[in-house]
Amino acid sequence: MRILDNIRVYLRFLEVSVKSQMQYRASFVMLSLGHLAGTGIEFIGIWVLFERFGSLKDWALPEVAFMYGIVNIAFAITDAATRGFDAFGVMVKSGDFDRLLTRPRSTALQLAGQELTLRGVGRLLQGLIVLVWAATALDLDWTVLKVLLVVFAVLGGAALFSGLLVLQATLAFWTTESLEIMNTVTYGGVETTQYPVTIYRPWFRDIFIFVVPLATVSYFPSLAILGRDDPLGTSLLFQYLSPAFGFVFLAATLRVWQFGVGHYRSTGS
Amino acid sequence: MRGHRALVSARFRALLQYRSAALAGLGTQLFWGLIRVMIFEAFFVSSVMSQPMELGDVITYIWLGHAFLVVLPWNVDRELQTMVRSGGVTYELLRPMNLYNAWFSRAIALRTAPAMLRAVPLLTIAALFLDLQAPESPEAGLAFVISMIGAVILSAAITNLLNVALVWVTSGERLTYLAPPFVVLFSGNIVPIPFFPDWAQTAIRLMPFSGIVDSPFRLYVGHIPPSELGFVLAHQLIWSAIFIVVGKRMLAQGLRRMEVQGG
Repeated sequence: MRILDNIRVYLRFLEVSVKSQMQYRASFVMLSLGHLAGTGIEFIGIWVLFERFGSLKDWALPEVAFMYGIVNIAFAITDAATRGFDAFGVMVKSGDFDRLLTRPRSTALQLAGQELTLRGVGRLLQGLIVLVWAATALDLDWTVLKVLLVVFAVLGGAALFSGLLVLQATLAFWTTESLEIMNTVTYGGVETTQYPVTIYRPWFRDIFIFVVPLATVSYFPSLAILGRDDPLGTSLLFQYLSPAFGFVFLAATLRVWQFGVGHYRSTGS
Repeated sequence: MRGHRALVSARFRALLQYRSAALAGLGTQLFWGLIRVMIFEAFFVSSVMSQPMELGDVITYIWLGHAFLVVLPWNVDRELQTMVRSGGVTYELLRPMNLYNAWFSRAIALRTAPAMLRAVPLLTIAALFLDLQAPESPEAGLAFVISMIGAVILSAAITNLLNVALVWVTSGERLTYLAPPFVVLFSGNIVPIPFFPDWAQTAIRLMPFSGIVDSPFRLYVGHIPPSELGFVLAHQLIWSAIFIVVGKRMLAQGLRRMEVQGG
């Protein structure tokens, strides 16, 4: 029951946040359009390169677009739902985090519910458009299992990106400052894993398989859906199950978060 | 003129204080640049067709792009934005300087100081370890430096147009959300302009943005011969003049209808 109750509180948080943002409707529309354009130029860049080169190793544009769609939708969900963690450094600095500690709910839940940033809808929309285009251009034989895998991959990806934001916020307990360097694994991770990881140099590829396992939510499930053989030699079963690593990663980072909360010292004032 | 020089140098020194931000930015830029380099390497091995630029030149172009990323007019002057919102902009009106020129001076500082902080360490590391090449020839190097001055002027003119637009608080801020993606794409920052489809080349080159990134970088790698520096400069300066004239007009109009709120 505790879990259901938490979900209810979380949804209530989000509802309030949406209502407040909808007070500035025109601003919201423009911000979302800006985001749509801002993330859309990335895809135009990819398209331009495929026009010139024809293919990327043996990958065609729709195949890369498919991964691009999954990663961007996943990141858009995270970006919208876990903004509180992103701005956490400011909270530690100002001492506002103390207030959260006095409330009878977990800190992680309260932070996640801080704000549902709707402007991320631009990236979400863009990712969806690209994914749908890719899915139709590819002419795949869709099965229920494959559709479920797409959903699983997106959710696993959102969990993984959330884990990265939790980790970034946890670091702020010690540095009292949000670290821009973490952007390399969040935004950089989006950039990296929208292409098949096998195009990179091995050491770099391995970072995104073993350390920040973003390949498990984009590359491996995409192989199964696209029906491609893996030069890395993974089995079909592994490819279907790999998005689970996103959830494992999130669970692990939440443990680290708990540890951080235990070590929290208020900056005072 | 002396006043403006003092303003540029004061802002320049103030912006040089943000060293830790620049250091963090350096790590991000290196990582990002490396991703881009590897993506291009992968594309180049995929195709036997002859390409509009060589891989080595592209890699150099990418590192220059990351070193001079903040020269791009991708943001407005935060202090001015706060000033317009708080009403503090009235103090600016009291100063015995032409307002447009004063803001232009600030824009020059904004486009150079953070760029210097990032460019020097990044280019050093890229030259030592990451395949950044030296300029094609001494002439190419000189042409690059001169065209970068043109690029800064053009970028400051665009930045200042965005600054001026802030006087119309809400609609101005909307412009600052929508403009950057176009600037970034058509400057060549995402993909060097020569890779764009042939049918789009002329149009993209006529647009102002290629003068900020693409032209100076191609002069550096020798993809545009130094003898064509004159064309590059003409393109940069004509567009700068247009942005300055439009900016001045807009500012004059904005001041005529300005209501100062608060006290």
